Amino acid sequence: MDLKNRPDISYIANLIKPGERVLDLGCGYGELMLILKNKGVRVQGIEKDDKCIIQCVKKSLYVHHGDIDDGLKHHLDHSFDFVILNQTIQQTLNPGDIIKECLRIGKQVIIVFPNFSHWQIRTSILLSGKTPVTDLMPFHWYDTPNLHYLSGKDFEDFCEFERIKVLHRAFFNRTRQIKLFPNLFATLALFVIRA
Amino acid sequence: MTTSESNEFFHGSVGIVHTQIISFDSFTLEGGETITPLEIAFETYGTLNEKKDNAILVCHALSGDAHAAGFHEGDKRPGWWDYYIGPGKAFDTNRYFIISSNVIGGCKGSSGPLSTNGKTGKPFQSTFPFVSIGDMVNAQEKLIRHFGIHKLFAVAGGSMGGMQALQWSVAYPDRLKNCIIMASSSEHSAQQIAFNEVGRQAILSDPNWNQGLYNQENRPSKGLALARMMGHITYLSDEMMREKFGRKPPKGNIQSTDFAVGSYLIYQGESFVDRFDANSYIYVTKALDHFSLGTGKELTKILAKVRCRFLVIAYTSDWLYPPYQSEEIVKSLEVNAVPVSFIELNNPAGHDSFLLPSEEQDSILRDFLSATDEGAFF
Repeated sequence: MDLKNRPDISYIANLIKPGERVLDLGCGYGELMLILKNKGVRVQGIEKDDKCIIQCVKKSLYVHHGDIDDGLKHHLDHSFDFVILNQTIQQTLNPGDIIKECLRIGKQVIIVFPNFSHWQIRTSILLSGKTPVTDLMPFHWYDTPNLHYLSGKDFEDFCEFERIKVLHRAFFNRTRQIKLFPNLFATLALFVIRA
Repeated sequence: MTTSESNEFFHGSVGIVHTQIISFDSFTLEGGETITPLEIAFETYGTLNEKKDNAILVCHALSGDAHAAGFHEGDKRPGWWDYYIGPGKAFDTNRYFIISSNVIGGCKGSSGPLSTNGKTGKPFQSTFPFVSIGDMVNAQEKLIRHFGIHKLFAVAGGSMGGMQALQWSVAYPDRLKNCIIMASSSEHSAQQIAFNEVGRQAILSDPNWNQGLYNQENRPSKGLALARMMGHITYLSDEMMREKFGRKPPKGNIQSTDFAVGSYLIYQGESFVDRFDANSYIYVTKALDHFSLGTGKELTKILAKVRCRFLVIAYTSDWLYPPYQSEEIVKSLEVNAVPVSFIELNNPAGHDSFLLPSEEQDSILRDFLSATDEGAFF
């Protein structure tokens, strides 16, 4: 499916207005940034893979070659309308610290991550007794970039404990938004939070 | 390492080129002294379009000159950035009008210690006034104005050339659209000044030095060669040196060099003496050491005035201008919401990487220039 039509991507694109300033952490090949840029959003990214940077420059996107685990200190408080962590947070070393840093530099933070409590993952662990390898997380324990596994509910708990305000929550599978028992049926969880 | 011959992404040549010299009545340096006349040696490649909006200024590093691409009559080796300048190359001469000028204070045709002092009829040598990176850029601006160019499509450079490009963005914020800074820094660290100081002291301690008023027949060649040897060590990476020379061949010779790397450095030093002036070496390294836009908040404040897009390239193996210095510039630009792309290339060649062929570098320079938009940022 065209990325633009993916429900999670269009949900993000609808949240952000032209002229707003966005920082995309772990922007990959810049697909989301390009969609936002074409909408008139002032977007910049950070990415650690140099092949991705080269592709972003080709798309006329502005990217910083670096590792978000090394810090975002230089960015001023609330200097971005949105900070996006699109399927990045589970790959960082210190997700808690990074989220707090995002809340400092962004007026709002959009976090999207693979939902570890999806029923296929639950049954896979239950039946096979092994770390699950699924479409969404197609890696083995020894070669995965994902360092953390969390569910929608885990994230809710984190926000409650840290007194982070959840502005929106939405859940998706590949083709549509999931509203019924999302923690069981959604492959992706999306939260919009602010300090 | 790849070579130009084996790679299809480095093809065309601009062919035979000539260095030209332009003369302006006078020029006042940042220090207040006036040079009369100001001479600038330059080369151009490609054609300036009618709107005069396709010009790219490329700025050279310490020992470079105006000869950036193509061949001088009879030369076997092309200009210093021939991998990247030419028809179909990253700096595509079919699209852009490329200008390269020798910096003032240099010794390759622009006003500098070798220029004749009108009052004495003799070369200035060490009586030439102090020259800054800002002065080099102001002289380039005169040249650009001579072409009737109000706004450069881009200013690009590596090492000292990167400092000039950065200075352009601050000194003439409305006169450039794109700024490309490679293997460079917003100011020298104590370590970088230290390397330059050793080089200068080698020249100053040469028996022929004579306070810089040396006889052209008996120049401080040994000192200059030593300075160049020192420099060359810092331009290469540990990995590159190991690959190129290893430890071969240790013969236990006490009286002369017995390692391949030693012979290489001696050769580099000796051949440099034939093409560079010792005074110029001192003027240009001083300009480098004195250049300072600051770091951190100070740099951020200075860069608040820039109005162009930036591409900053660093190299993991560059220990002379380590990537953190490039990142310092990038961070200050980001705080100012300036559109900037930063990449740290994993090229093994050390500081000299920006001069050498690399497919990634080619593609990133090419794409950054072609993808130019007016930008949603400003």
